[in-house]
Amino acid sequence: MPTVLPLKKQPFSFVGPVSAAAGAFAGLFVGTAQGSGLLGILLGGALMAGLAYGLMTLELPRRATRWGIAAVFALIGLMVGGVMGLIVGTAFGAFFGWFPLWLADGRYRAGLPPYLTAGEVLWHYAFRVICGMIFFFLIAPIVVVMPLSFNAENFFTFTPEMLRLDPAGYSMQHYEDFFQSGDWQAALRNSLTIAPVATLLAVSFGTLAAIGLSSEHVPFRQAIMAILISPMIVPLIISAAGMYFFYSRIGLQGTYLGVVLAHAALGIPFVIITVTATLVGFDRSLTRAAANMGANPVTTFFRVQMPLILPGVISGGLFAFITSFDEVVVVLFVGSASQKTLPWQMFIGLREQISPTILAVATILVCLSIALLTTLELLRRRSEKLRGMSPG
Amino acid sequence: MKLTSAFLASTALAVAFSPAVAQEMSNEMTIVSWGGAYQRSQQEAYSKPYVEMHPEVTVTWDESSNEAVAKLRAMNEAGNITWDLVDVVAADAIRLCDEGLAMEYDPDDLLAEAPDGTSAEDDFGDLIVSDCFIPQIVYSTTFGYRTDMVGDTPPTDVCAVFDLEAYPGKRALEKRPINNMEWALYCDGVAKDEIYDVLATPEGQDQALAKLDTIKDDVIWWSAGADTPQLLADGEVVMGSTYNGRLFSVIVEQNQPVGMLWDMQVFDLDGWIIPEGLSDEELARVKDFLFFATDTQRLADQAKYISYGPARQSSAPLVGEHADLGIAMAPHMPTDPDNAKNTLLYNYEFWADYRDDIDAKFQSWLVQ
Repeated sequence: MPTVLPLKKQPFSFVGPVSAAAGAFAGLFVGTAQGSGLLGILLGGALMAGLAYGLMTLELPRRATRWGIAAVFALIGLMVGGVMGLIVGTAFGAFFGWFPLWLADGRYRAGLPPYLTAGEVLWHYAFRVICGMIFFFLIAPIVVVMPLSFNAENFFTFTPEMLRLDPAGYSMQHYEDFFQSGDWQAALRNSLTIAPVATLLAVSFGTLAAIGLSSEHVPFRQAIMAILISPMIVPLIISAAGMYFFYSRIGLQGTYLGVVLAHAALGIPFVIITVTATLVGFDRSLTRAAANMGANPVTTFFRVQMPLILPGVISGGLFAFITSFDEVVVVLFVGSASQKTLPWQMFIGLREQISPTILAVATILVCLSIALLTTLELLRRRSEKLRGMSPG
Repeated sequence: MKLTSAFLASTALAVAFSPAVAQEMSNEMTIVSWGGAYQRSQQEAYSKPYVEMHPEVTVTWDESSNEAVAKLRAMNEAGNITWDLVDVVAADAIRLCDEGLAMEYDPDDLLAEAPDGTSAEDDFGDLIVSDCFIPQIVYSTTFGYRTDMVGDTPPTDVCAVFDLEAYPGKRALEKRPINNMEWALYCDGVAKDEIYDVLATPEGQDQALAKLDTIKDDVIWWSAGADTPQLLADGEVVMGSTYNGRLFSVIVEQNQPVGMLWDMQVFDLDGWIIPEGLSDEELARVKDFLFFATDTQRLADQAKYISYGPARQSSAPLVGEHADLGIAMAPHMPTDPDNAKNTLLYNYEFWADYRDDIDAKFQSWLVQ
């Protein structure tokens, strides 16, 4: 967006406090890591205000100054925290060599509409910072697990070697353990045999139910829908306890079939919901047209209706798969030790022996989930494009 | 994988050649234990050699001992007992026996006698604390401390836990009154043999909680045996209580800077119970396995893999070296004379009577 107003230079009375605030924020983390958060805030704030003042009053060659500041920060980081400190220091130095001048030049208004008030500009950036922090809050616990899974020791601890980025502090031993241990491999095998079958059942029944429930002539549609969706709403532990006693009576408790059926019941609501949503956009006159041309209902379903609702069916199936793959409560009740799934093995592993093998498995599962969700997103985009809802 | 298919192949052979055995005893056995290093020691010492002798048997391990009481109740209610042999602590065995969920047994009938001919009943002695309980190991709950966080004077006395001046920092204690109350009273000046008399009175319970109050802000409460080793390895706590085998693993196997504080360790027992309601074939198999797995040599073998003391007197002289590290295991046993100078034995009767009351009091104190 072209700016109508020329960029206005800002006085130190504005740049100084803002830089100090940013410095205090950074200082909070550095200070906490070094022992005193409060001291970090004060020092960071003072340092950045001073830096801003220096940058504004001395007319130094900009590029060189910025490199210089980054280098100084990197050196301090290296002395304090080794290789890791070097990386953090460089990042901080690069940011704080740029930030005060960015403020002082008024460049922060460059991309924004010129009529915004100061408050609106502040909110524009505050909003981005808040979003970034929420994102960090959501993702940090998952990301922190990944380097820990390469730990050379048997604890959930960032060892000094790891923080120095010393290769000796890292190893693949927990991944090896996962691929070589009989317990983990049996659990993986169980998960990989239970989840697909449960998904297949959930998709078949869920799709049929959704199609039936979306035709007007079915009586008590709302009530049936509510019952079918209930496994998603009822607390899992209640379903699990109920299933345990019911399955014990009919001899399904502790069998492969029992676990598959239980997981299928948990997956069906997801399929019903996604397929019902796709059916809303489905034009019923297409099935009548097909019938008109002599196709029987089965042919109509497979040649006309199914291809059009397929994205909904697949995304429902993916949810059903993930549900079965991640599920621990129901399988603890309905399964026995010979149906031990991956989440079960992780659960007992965490309780009895905190071993980073769990983190290695968690990392593998996270990658798998990301792959599945990416597929889901790509399918969704494709279906939107097919329906002409998105210009892309 | 290879092992399983070998089992399957040999099962097929065994079925073909020895139909008599296959008819009498079930060939599948589900054993419930605690997981981790302890379960591994049982697999190495008991089930692997047993399966080598009886290749037709497949053993499935279920790591559910923690919730064994609740699960056995549910199984009993559902009329579907899926476990054949369950490893529990003595207190749980007493409860299960009282509720009729565990089978009573006759030691001399079920268990092997010692090599010198001593009867099983005498060999296990007082450790058979319930008619259903087949003792296996003696373990203790005791303290470990970070050697690099206690300065030049490492603690030798359990009351160091309550001494925030000499040993500042967080402590890890188990999130239940058992053991903590006893240690609190002992360090508040109550004589060791009067602890349970005092603890039986409401004033005594308040006294123990008041002592715990002095360190409450510095306590991290743990509930799984793996928590304290992790906290110690992290340096999150300066000292913490856990099972002595876990501390052995942290110190000797994982080489962490942790020291052992044996003073006032609390002995407890762990062993097997047979669930009530097994079919004849299942019971026959379990009995055959137990006769083997609780004999003098097998109990001594288990100590090669974990530092818990065998429950048979006749096993003690046979305790040898660690299976991988080759160090002598005897000095790491809680029952070693050097370690057992000042100890306490878990008082099963007291806690059976007072557990519910003191638990409630402890929990409400926790949230204050």
